[in-house]
Amino acid sequence: MNELVAAVPWLGKRNPTAARWLIILVAIAAPFIAWQFGRSWVRILDFALLYMMLALGLNLVVGFAGLLDLGYIAFYAVGAYTFAFLASPHFDVHLPFWVILPLGAAFAALAGVMLGFPVLRLRGDYLAIVTLGFGEIVRIFMLNLNYPVNITNGPQGINMIDPINLFGWDLSRNIRIGEDFTIHSLFLYYYFFLAAVVASIIFIQRLQISRIGRAWAAMRDDELAAKAIGINTRDMKLLAFALGATFGGVAGALFGAFQGFVSPESFSLMESIAVLTMVVFGGMGNLAGAVVGAFVLALLPELLRDVAVPLQQTLFGHVLLDPEVLRMLLLSLAMILMMLLRPAGMIPARARYCHDHHLSHHLNNTPKREAAK
Amino acid sequence: MHTDQTSPLLRVHDLKIAYGGIQAVKGIGFELHAGETVCLIGANGAGKTTTLNAIAGVLPIASGDIHYKGERINALPAHRRLRAGIALVPEGRGIFTRLTVEENLRMGAYSRNDSAAIEADLERVYTMLPRIKERLPQVAGTLSGGEQQMVAIGRALLSRPRLLLLDEPSMGLAPLVVEKIFEVVQSVAREGVTILLVEQNANLALEFAQRGYVMESGKITLTGSGSDLLANPKVRAAYLGEEA
Repeated sequence: MNELVAAVPWLGKRNPTAARWLIILVAIAAPFIAWQFGRSWVRILDFALLYMMLALGLNLVVGFAGLLDLGYIAFYAVGAYTFAFLASPHFDVHLPFWVILPLGAAFAALAGVMLGFPVLRLRGDYLAIVTLGFGEIVRIFMLNLNYPVNITNGPQGINMIDPINLFGWDLSRNIRIGEDFTIHSLFLYYYFFLAAVVASIIFIQRLQISRIGRAWAAMRDDELAAKAIGINTRDMKLLAFALGATFGGVAGALFGAFQGFVSPESFSLMESIAVLTMVVFGGMGNLAGAVVGAFVLALLPELLRDVAVPLQQTLFGHVLLDPEVLRMLLLSLAMILMMLLRPAGMIPARARYCHDHHLSHHLNNTPKREAAK
Repeated sequence: MHTDQTSPLLRVHDLKIAYGGIQAVKGIGFELHAGETVCLIGANGAGKTTTLNAIAGVLPIASGDIHYKGERINALPAHRRLRAGIALVPEGRGIFTRLTVEENLRMGAYSRNDSAAIEADLERVYTMLPRIKERLPQVAGTLSGGEQQMVAIGRALLSRPRLLLLDEPSMGLAPLVVEKIFEVVQSVAREGVTILLVEQNANLALEFAQRGYVMESGKITLTGSGSDLLANPKVRAAYLGEEA
């Protein structure tokens, strides 16, 4: 929370208390504002919160522990399918939400350890390639495990997944108060997801300053030195994969229940890259960065899509660029601009520890040294 | 401190280390007694760093034995060796570049939980390294090479080592800075810490150490006291750039 507060432009440093209340106010008011522009915008906000959770989880692996993971969406898939298996007519199992959520998290964590073991000795590019492969393997499993025994229902996916039900309170039902006032289900999901994101932030913030967080930071900066000061890097890596995956699994379970439908399509490589982009865009290794990055990059394409489609129609008479193509184009453009203008992300990690001139000195010197090699 | 003249603090016997199919260390043996400062010199690629890393446990060995305090530690993982008192200052310093200087130093005490003693040790390191004390809140990656080396040494000291493995502390540093680093190392040695020093700067290392071993392509070819090796014409020719 403090990192988020500090990240509020202008106000964050002058009046942290006001900045804190501003964030809380915006977070609470956001769906009401979005509602003015149409129901679909509240839905987009709900998804933005899920992306935030994914970005927070991936930031833990990539930003804190320094392990580049290009297959992170696989854990999202594990969580989503766990929910789909255990709360849908597919197997005709309908377990309660509070039973499935920890199961989804546990299965995802297990998948994280399964990925972690074979890649313990890999670094950099090699690690990236194996994790990328892992993500694709999971997706292809989901796609093809409908024969000889139908487990995943293949490309059709699983339908009619039970909605989130909090001790008898069904989030998919609108609440009607009096004659003409209803709270739409999308709002209920919004606040539930918001609570989940806040819980995640609190947990991760504690984690970052704990022994584990410090061990990850050391490992990320220099693995050999980390071993030399007595860090069990094997356990720490596995823990990073497992914990990161847990967040992916929880987000996935929420996604499955919210959407009511899962199919392998939702878990493509592009999604992994989108989440990674959010982390990098926001500022790697920084909680606030992951939150802001996810928020901006989940919303921006939708915003621009809203503008781009009518704009193309008026200019050319028809739509030249499909919104989905445009989304990737815009993400890429955003990344290129980011790398040119703010290479450390929108909110650079731990800038607060550097005296300004030291930081700029360092940033200015690094590329030169690299070039000289 | 208990010193046992008969059994050495560290005994390496017939140590072999390979990277893939290539043998980097081809069966070497040497000993260190408690309180000694010993150096391992040799050219680039002789296997010095490999040997040091293997003793610290950050690199697996192919065969042979490493005994520490009379116990075979071949299978002991690096973090357990650190707890037993073996600390490594890795080649190239191994600073945590994105952590602050103070965090770097405190990470050295990662495996300890006696917080009062840690604070006392921090103070001791500060008095030993006054330049570093001025820079505690600074991100360590922005320090000069010499300062980074001092942080790396200070960090290793915070684990309260009995055996300090120093890998080329002079690497890439100006002669004046190297002198300062060696003053620090000397004060560490005076406190009774046993030091195994790897250096390419043979002149400096041999003047500094009581004994030395010369490594050549994975084998130990010469051994003797620091002054004997310094006087040895073969050493002078090979490492000190003199005509034979």
